[in-house]
Amino acid sequence: MIDWLPDNIWFSVGLKVFFALVMVGAVMTMAGYSVLAERKVSAWMQGRVGPNRTVLPFIEYIPFFGPLLKKLGIFQPLADGLKFLFKEEIVPGHVNKFYYYLAPLIALVPALTTMTVLPFGQLYWSDGSVSTLALADLEVGILFVFAVSSLGVYGIALAGWSSNNKYSFLGGIRSSAQMISYELAMGLSLLPVFLWVSVPGAQESGLSISGIANSQEGAAWLFMVQPISALIFLIALFAETNRLPFDMPESETDLVGGFHTEYGSFKFGIFFVAEYAHIVIGSALFVLLFLGGWHFLPFMQDPWPSNWVGSLLGVGWFLGKTFFLIFFFIWIRWTLPRFRYDQVMQLGWTKLLPLALANLIVYVLIVTLIDQTASLPL
Amino acid sequence: MAKTVVLERKPLSLSERTYLPQIVTGLKTTFTNMFKPKVTLQYPEEKPFIPKNYRGVPTLVKDPNGREKCVSCQLCEFVCPPKAIRITPGSVPDDQEDREHVEKAPQEFEINMLRCIYCGYCQEVCPEEAIFLQEQYSSSGYTREEMINNKQKLYELGGTLPDHHYKWDKKKEAELDGNAH
Amino acid sequence: MNAVDLLFWIFAVLTVGGGICMVFSKNPVTAAMFMIISLVGVAALFVLLDSFFLAVLQVLVYAGAVMVLFLFIIMLLDVGPDVAKQKITNWRFGILGILLSSLLVVVLISLGFPSDFSGANNPSWPVLSDAISSGSESLLFSTKVSAFGYGLMTKYMLPIQIAGFMLLISMVGVIILSKKVARGEDV
Repeated sequence: MIDWLPDNIWFSVGLKVFFALVMVGAVMTMAGYSVLAERKVSAWMQGRVGPNRTVLPFIEYIPFFGPLLKKLGIFQPLADGLKFLFKEEIVPGHVNKFYYYLAPLIALVPALTTMTVLPFGQLYWSDGSVSTLALADLEVGILFVFAVSSLGVYGIALAGWSSNNKYSFLGGIRSSAQMISYELAMGLSLLPVFLWVSVPGAQESGLSISGIANSQEGAAWLFMVQPISALIFLIALFAETNRLPFDMPESETDLVGGFHTEYGSFKFGIFFVAEYAHIVIGSALFVLLFLGGWHFLPFMQDPWPSNWVGSLLGVGWFLGKTFFLIFFFIWIRWTLPRFRYDQVMQLGWTKLLPLALANLIVYVLIVTLIDQTASLPL
Repeated sequence: MAKTVVLERKPLSLSERTYLPQIVTGLKTTFTNMFKPKVTLQYPEEKPFIPKNYRGVPTLVKDPNGREKCVSCQLCEFVCPPKAIRITPGSVPDDQEDREHVEKAPQEFEINMLRCIYCGYCQEVCPEEAIFLQEQYSSSGYTREEMINNKQKLYELGGTLPDHHYKWDKKKEAELDGNAH
Repeated sequence: MNAVDLLFWIFAVLTVGGGICMVFSKNPVTAAMFMIISLVGVAALFVLLDSFFLAVLQVLVYAGAVMVLFLFIIMLLDVGPDVAKQKITNWRFGILGILLSSLLVVVLISLGFPSDFSGANNPSWPVLSDAISSGSESLLFSTKVSAFGYGLMTKYMLPIQIAGFMLLISMVGVIILSKKVARGEDV
């Protein structure tokens, strides 16, 4: 009935579960290390050195590498995670217990679900065929990412509501309002991209992320063709991941801690990891859509060979771009101050949305022009 | 009277209204900051520079001859705003030759570091220049009892400071010259 | 029963159970949560029908946007559990609703249920996956995104225009209503 469920179902399901666990492990590790990167980069930008004390026993005594790893704080995420795990768990008496416990899970699950459709490289088979490396390379991949990531707001909204605390509540309300406002601009900013890629004569058509990434091989990256789309998408991405300058839900200067005011220990840790998982996935998405994915440089063919070495290099190149974008997220955070709530709303509704619409119309006209000239008999 | 000048605020230029060039400038600033020298002091290994007139933990000092200077006049106990100092006066035994003119010395001298506010009044009021707030700034302990510095501890912390007067030597000389008080 | 049937029953129970729990839950937030579960269940059923596009749209539009607005309003107005205590005053509408919904159920069962109870599908209904696997290039029986686009822009052009026009009307209405209130407050 369904072709993606083969006969030996337990083997197939087991393999998928294994891959999913590997992927979750990879993204969680990256999330943990982006916390470290955040602490390090913020320290460097402020003239400090950042965490440089944590070290595992014995490793410290390895010459050169031990002190170097210690200085870079490589083991800090481990210590942070253990700290969250072993802290005393305090549940305030006034919370709605069920939703209070449910909210962190709802926040984390969509963050980890979106990664299933994110392609991260290409596999070159010996017979010359090429397949995309992804847990599920859906035709509607980009819509899937939008759909599932929009569920993440429930975690924040429920956390704010169930805490029975005015600050948390305001955080939850702000988060849902902001999510709705920027989702529109985000979706609209991507329409011209897909129009452009599916332009008549193009090889790809559809909403698949790997298709978009592959369309940039040996051609211009899409942020050059679609600068305004890329800009709007990036801004909306900041808003959707609740990063500064858009971190309305937890603006600690006016809302104490925002939606997670009443959360501590591991439940707060889950929120924390979810936020960074969102950043990792958002960065990867931007790289795939606008920065050429795993392809080398604009207007250049991939220099690596078409075998497993090439696959690995491609994945590594993709990860490198993603790390740069994560760094960019952190860089922006420690540069810009937070917007006021009404400014966020104003920017979303009166600036980004009309701009995205205008951008869409312009590109529709251009694509129509190309379409018409292409269909003319020469 | 100063004349009030109302400055007209210039309308924002296009690049200012789009806000993006400003962001780029900010990004440049933070990026160059990443490579500037760090100001962090690796504390337990590197100690900060303590200036001469630093007011750290109050200590008792001895003069260069190793005699305790405090005569337990209890002025510091009296002046101490948080009442951190407690002195039990005692007498100086007659056989101590280099201090024969001093009648008293503290039998016990306690400063409660949980109460001390490092105001320095004790140093200021001391007529014998026996108590000083020195460069010691970090005091810690696991119990409250540990945080009460007794006489022995205070002398340990204080050490010896140079003395300009050698009061007792002068007194001894004066007595030998025959014009004792 | 194979795995797909098992999945179908799980998601069907999730969908229907979510709907029932939504109607009977006292707390509006709980009701909204059950509605989300129900909507996600429907999306999962779409996935079982190979229709990823519809499933994703279902989650994106209903679970992701409409229900966020619902939750937003529930939280903002602070609708408490006592709202559910209001008694149903007009029984006639209740009876009418029960009649209509049971009629719907009857029609759906008569259309979709295997006619001879042998487990085979009603032959008058084409099986989508068969149509796809038979390799027909027709966009009619395809779950490709372009099939939806093609259909909406050709055969269903008029309904789409009408739907868009109705949305425009409601938007204009909202703008007018909100403007009026603002003017009243100014005076």
